[in-house]
Amino acid sequence: MSRSEEEIVRFDNVGLRYGTDREVLSNIAFSLYPGRFYFLTGASGAGKTSLLRLLYLAQRPSRGAIRMFGRDVITQPREKLPSFRRRLGVVFQDFRLVEHLSAFDNIALPLRVSGVREADVHKPVADMLDWVGLGNRADARPATLSGGEQQRVAIARAVIARPDLLVADEPTGNVDPEMALKLIRLFEALNRLGTTVVVATHDVHLLRKVPDSLIMRLDKGQLSDPTGALRYPPRNPISASAPQAPRDSGG
Amino acid sequence: MSGPPVMTRVIERGLAPLKGRRASHLLPRARLGGPMPWVIAIMVALTVLAAGGALALTNLVDRARADLAGGVTVQIVEADPVLRAAQADRTLAVLRGFPGVDTLRRVPQAELEALIEPWLGGGVRSEVVPLPALIDVRLDGEVGEATLDRLRSALAEVAPDARIDAQSDWLGPVFSAIAALRWLAIGLIALLAFTSAAAVWLAARNALNANRSTIEVVHLLGGTDGQIARIFQRSVLIDAALGGGVGLVLGWIALTLLGAQFAALDAGLVQGGGLGGFDWLLMALVPFGAIAIALLTARMTVLASLRKML
Repeated sequence: MSRSEEEIVRFDNVGLRYGTDREVLSNIAFSLYPGRFYFLTGASGAGKTSLLRLLYLAQRPSRGAIRMFGRDVITQPREKLPSFRRRLGVVFQDFRLVEHLSAFDNIALPLRVSGVREADVHKPVADMLDWVGLGNRADARPATLSGGEQQRVAIARAVIARPDLLVADEPTGNVDPEMALKLIRLFEALNRLGTTVVVATHDVHLLRKVPDSLIMRLDKGQLSDPTGALRYPPRNPISASAPQAPRDSGG
Repeated sequence: MSGPPVMTRVIERGLAPLKGRRASHLLPRARLGGPMPWVIAIMVALTVLAAGGALALTNLVDRARADLAGGVTVQIVEADPVLRAAQADRTLAVLRGFPGVDTLRRVPQAELEALIEPWLGGGVRSEVVPLPALIDVRLDGEVGEATLDRLRSALAEVAPDARIDAQSDWLGPVFSAIAALRWLAIGLIALLAFTSAAAVWLAARNALNANRSTIEVVHLLGGTDGQIARIFQRSVLIDAALGGGVGLVLGWIALTLLGAQFAALDAGLVQGGGLGGFDWLLMALVPFGAIAIALLTARMTVLASLRKML
């Protein structure tokens, strides 16, 4: 089936419970298609972060199947997972900046982990710092940055390596509306180049800022599909004129 | 608004090693830190002492064995000085023609008196306290029971009062006591190695906990277990090398001082237990062993802890 080959992520019958508690996520089933922009909404406690943790491979589901980039990640041997993770960009809700590294080194981390030569690290990181408005804070430790600044560093770190799938957990929670818009524009720009974007947010105003976005709504651990687009190619696909980045392999 | 800056893929998706400066950037505070180098220093110093002791005892036994290997003592136990002298003369004559005899020496009367002086005081006349005549025989090669038997039968006629002993027999119990001490030293070295590994294990676990959030982030950004373990190994290497170097020097100093003390004792047996240049080099391997144990322990600890993460 050509449709399923196209999927970048596919969840089938996924459930997640911690210990012996009731499931925090039940019967989750959806597909993410390359180059689309998704919002994940839901009240706090609905399971957004749990779903994102499954998406960025921090957590194994209690049941169900998850495919990513065409492979079943549940049965992948552990040592294969880093190559999946390197195709993801993650903005953690609590940022998770490395506190003893400067803003520059935090943003450079994904490049260094992936083995990019030191000579090739400096310019993209410096450019990214400028772009998120922190060009003059390159050497600052996270503790000396404001909440909004930390968030921008976290986002810069998530996008620096141009991931295939960007997962952002409340990425605009701590920034002013102007910066929030700017960050959403950054996600959109990435998205236009082929990165699939999943943004979890409870800010409904944000949804309207990205007209072509698709919405996944979580309610008490159940996924609803208001745009009817989570299993099938979306009704309003992104414009055909948008350049599709070559889906390179090697992963 | 200008577009975001990084839109070219710079990443090779390989699992390249994260090492050198790049790794040092990552966990500058992953140093096992604090007491670790000192614990390793103490362990290495104690191990060097134990190893030095074992090597000295080995040298002592080897040298004593070599000294005594071909040695045979013939005693003529006869109270009558005339008869004793006659038997000793005949014994010497027979031994001169005996095959395999290297050197032959009749211990002079003055030397015999010097030997008993510590017990009976000076000026003891041989008429009052008869002393056996002693003949020190040195044969080529080891002295076995067979050789002793041949000597006994050769001397039975000419010196009926001769008692013949291999010199190495006297020190047999001493040798076995020293062998036991050597095993004790080897056991100590093994225990110290085990303790060092346990100390590193604890320190690595602490360092892991202290840096857990960083490790999780690196893990979630696609860092491999090997990459993360290497970061820790790097800091363990620095700690262990530091501690090992200090420990070796401390151990060497202690052994040198001890050696000087024993040398001052001026006792033949103890002096045989000196340490040669090769022995000192052998002890220099101890820190390398400690580093290897520390690296291996740290790696296994980190990997075991990472395996609990997805």
